[in-house]
Amino acid sequence: MNINLTLLGQTITFIVFVWFCMKFVWPPIMNALEERKKKIADGLAAAERGAHEQELAEKRAAEVLHKAKQQAQDILAQAQKRASEIIEESKGTAREEGKRIIIAANAEIEQEANRAREELRGQVASLAIAGASKVLKREVDAAANEDLLKDLVAQL
Amino acid sequence: MAGDTLSSTDYIKHHLQNWTWGQHPDGTWGFAHSAEQAKEMGFWAIHVDTMLWSILLGVIFLWMFRKAAKTATAGIPVGFQNFAEWIVEFIDTSVRGSFTAKNNLVAPLAMTVFVWIFLMNLMDLVPVDWLPSLAQWVGATFFGADPRHVYFKVVSTTDPNATFGMAFAVFFLVLYYSIKIKGIGGFTGELTLQPFSSRNMVIQAIFIPINFLLEFVSLIAKPISLALRLFGNMYAGEMIFILIAIMFSGGIVIGAFGGLLQLGWAIFHILIITLQAFIFMTLTIVYLDMAHHEH
Repeated sequence: MNINLTLLGQTITFIVFVWFCMKFVWPPIMNALEERKKKIADGLAAAERGAHEQELAEKRAAEVLHKAKQQAQDILAQAQKRASEIIEESKGTAREEGKRIIIAANAEIEQEANRAREELRGQVASLAIAGASKVLKREVDAAANEDLLKDLVAQL
Repeated sequence: MAGDTLSSTDYIKHHLQNWTWGQHPDGTWGFAHSAEQAKEMGFWAIHVDTMLWSILLGVIFLWMFRKAAKTATAGIPVGFQNFAEWIVEFIDTSVRGSFTAKNNLVAPLAMTVFVWIFLMNLMDLVPVDWLPSLAQWVGATFFGADPRHVYFKVVSTTDPNATFGMAFAVFFLVLYYSIKIKGIGGFTGELTLQPFSSRNMVIQAIFIPINFLLEFVSLIAKPISLALRLFGNMYAGEMIFILIAIMFSGGIVIGAFGGLLQLGWAIFHILIITLQAFIFMTLTIVYLDMAHHEH
């Protein structure tokens, strides 16, 4: 209970402890706390930025999707148009081709008929000559009557 | 305790006597064997137990916090670092709340005050006879001392030397910063030109001594109330523990009742030791804040 030298001793001890605390204990812990505070703030800011970016990206993705859909529709419409065009075209071509085939066939038929007619005419001529020679009972010089015969054939 | 033949008064007195080392009136240096001898030593004596426990606890405090400080990183804190950071954060909040100027000394000072006083107060919760009995046994067994002459006070804050030592250090800082911030003129003016002041030079001259008396008393009251509040609370608490401890020699019923009382008082005392450490810290901050501001 007596006041004595302990007073001084305690004062000095206290000052030394405070000095040590001020030099070696407080600053590192405080620095760590400040640094962590900054880190957390940075992290939160980054998270917010990320969320914002994600929102933007989502919007962009939706836009792209929308555009792609539209494009697809366009392509589909175009394709359909083209298909019907092709069908129409091929219909036309087929019709024309058919016509042409018919015309060709007709021509051939006519040709064939003409040839048959020519042949028939030739045979009739030779038949007529044969008949005439039989009637005249003599040999008719076929060569001498060639012109006559040709005329006859032409008249048939 | 060892001296079973002691009366209650002797028991209490023995518990309230510090282990003192100093110069005997005959000129030799040594330990005081009684309260009278300690008193005769006068100022040139030192309380070994007070110094021992306060330094030991202070070193434990600084060692543990230094360890936390060395490994402190901005990453995830683990183990004791959590606790150290919690304390630092708590002190920092208190300092920011009451101290408005900028001074790197105040926060570490406040932390040292708080944790150190708390640890010294905490020793009050150790049953009052354990450590003194151990000291008596060690003294008698290894040093051949008379057990009745071995004094061992464990709670440093029940020694006014410890509380006044801290309060004076704080007071010294208050004076230092008052003069540093306000200048000698400003500080003297603060002591003499308020609360009463007048335009009239004659009346002002009369006011100066009155103002000085008022302001000087309030200035001196700061360290004294700071020291006595802590000392008084801890001393009274210790005394009650000692009184309860006397009941243990009064038979099994009274002893059991004493045990119950001790438990209750110890639980209540947890509040007191924390509160007293906190009050000492807060007042230290407030006094230093006042030293930094004109008012």
